[in-house]
Amino acid sequence: MKTFIIKRLIQALAVCLVISMISFFLLFLNADPALVLLPPEAEVEDIAAFKKQMGFDRPIIVQYLDFIGKVIFHADFGNSFVAKVPTLKLLAERVPATLKLTASAVLIANLIAIPLGILAAVRRYSLLDNLSTLIALMGQAMPLYWLGIMLIIVFGVWLGWLPISGSQTLPHLILPAVTLAAYLLPANMRLVRSGMLDVLNQDYIRTARAKGAGEIRVFIVHAFKNAAIPLVIITGLQFSILLGGTVVTETVFAWPGLGRLAVNSILMGDYPVVQAIVIFFSLCVVIGNLLADILAAFIDPRIRQE
Amino acid sequence: MNSSKILEITELTTCFDTPEGLVRAVDGVSLVIESGRTLGVLGESGCGKSVTALSVMGLLPKPQGRISSGSIYFQGKDLVRKSPRTLRALRGSEMAMIFQEPMTSLNPVYTVGEQIAEAFTIHEHLPKKLGLQKARETLFQVGIPSPEQRIHEYPHQLSGGMRQRIMIAMAMACRPKLLIADEPSTALDVTIQAQILDLMLNLQEETGMSIMMITHDLGVVAEMSDHLAVMYAGKVVECAPVDVIFNAPGHPYTLGLMRSIPRPGRKFSSGKQALAEIPGIVPGLIDPPPGCLFAPRCDRAFERCRLEMPPLFNLKDQSGSSHGVRCWLAESMAQQPATQGGRT
Repeated sequence: MKTFIIKRLIQALAVCLVISMISFFLLFLNADPALVLLPPEAEVEDIAAFKKQMGFDRPIIVQYLDFIGKVIFHADFGNSFVAKVPTLKLLAERVPATLKLTASAVLIANLIAIPLGILAAVRRYSLLDNLSTLIALMGQAMPLYWLGIMLIIVFGVWLGWLPISGSQTLPHLILPAVTLAAYLLPANMRLVRSGMLDVLNQDYIRTARAKGAGEIRVFIVHAFKNAAIPLVIITGLQFSILLGGTVVTETVFAWPGLGRLAVNSILMGDYPVVQAIVIFFSLCVVIGNLLADILAAFIDPRIRQE
Repeated sequence: MNSSKILEITELTTCFDTPEGLVRAVDGVSLVIESGRTLGVLGESGCGKSVTALSVMGLLPKPQGRISSGSIYFQGKDLVRKSPRTLRALRGSEMAMIFQEPMTSLNPVYTVGEQIAEAFTIHEHLPKKLGLQKARETLFQVGIPSPEQRIHEYPHQLSGGMRQRIMIAMAMACRPKLLIADEPSTALDVTIQAQILDLMLNLQEETGMSIMMITHDLGVVAEMSDHLAVMYAGKVVECAPVDVIFNAPGHPYTLGLMRSIPRPGRKFSSGKQALAEIPGIVPGLIDPPPGCLFAPRCDRAFERCRLEMPPLFNLKDQSGSSHGVRCWLAESMAQQPATQGGRT
């Protein structure tokens, strides 16, 4: 187990390094930072001077090595071009809000998806099953920003029950978290349902019944623990989708998280910030997968042995 | 009710709803098992022997399968009329079942100790720690070396034979009065097979339980059973004490089964098969034809066989034990049609 985790951590670092490289080059392909940062009427000499001052005149590979060296050895992502403060400080201010949002979304999604998926499998082809399938289909087909706006109109504007932007209080969390959760819920519910249906046909379920286990014991103790393994792994993978989702959701709800910071930084050409966010997101995805693998190994002894 | 009968199945009919129509997987089956004895139920795949067992256990797949008529008296109580809750309380305590596939019959995410201990948690409401201790004792009882260590192992770490021992330990945990074994040795190597059957015989001697031994293997039946019921297409076609059937099989199907056992000395020579086979396959059970269902495969069938289903005729042999045969050929030898199935 220990070597398994260490091996995965090394892999994770390598993945992050490659991602940093790709994103760094992509940013420079996108546009010349000097042109984005300076006003359009800047003279050629000014641009050249600016490039020299910022180090943009060096070959791109040198710039990258300089950047990644500082990151690795000094945890220094440079200063924000716009806010003129260390990038890491900007990030640190935003990370808690995004983590709060994503964690709530995962929690809400699974708290609904798991019981609903189990019930749908147990009462297969019932009204409840068909209804949940329909809702899942709608949820999967709905764009995130559209759902967010609809929720704002209904609960914020028409009913006036919930605040529609900002992050000051717990009610502020509800609409963005529900929006993001709606994104995960359909897939997870279907996953639990199909996992349960598969497991309930296994011989060991019959053994449990032959032992005198009641239905609830059969469903939860014997079936769900097996059906939960794919759910755990998928939830780990969903981190990447989720972080992408925060970019949209945070923008719609003016949630002061990393997603909105990413959008603003891209629009303003604040490359060091974009760069740091990309690396942070990729780190999150890798760690999410790692945690999922560890949790799955914890549930299933066969994975542990591999 | 005779008190020495632990199980008496009378005219049991179990149906399955399938997309093609209603299937009577078990059709008017009557069986008796006496306390401490073993009934062998013999037949080829799909003849209804497993469904009979699942009907007794109340484990028919839902919602497709259901008992449509008949009774199953277990220790004097009709299980067909009992609530699911009552059946659940009996399962794993008074009656237990082991299955054909030891590889897939254990839950992969729990240790074998936890899985055996669960029986004690369910039926004796023991806390987990005490349950594990009793699981260890049960493993010792079924002859598993170093049970202390085994209870912490997971099914995937064990061999097929070991898993079947665990299944037996689990079934024996609460000392059932009746053990239903559905082809318990079929999936195992021959040497392991013998060990598992021996183990069951030993446990029977120790505990005095009754066994319903479901198999398609005549050798297993000969070794294990006191009585034998031969099933074909959902019906009992012959039932009697094992030695009676082995000495004088009354039904052409039973005879065919016995002839299809390879024996040393018989050789396949010059294209002439010495090993007899029964031609054809078991008929579909949706809209079965009238008459004896074995008639299309029977070389001794005559007109009446194709028109009318024979009752179970009761032949009395010299020893006086009852011998039921569902065949028109037995009519002349029978004293009267047997009203009930074979008794053991």
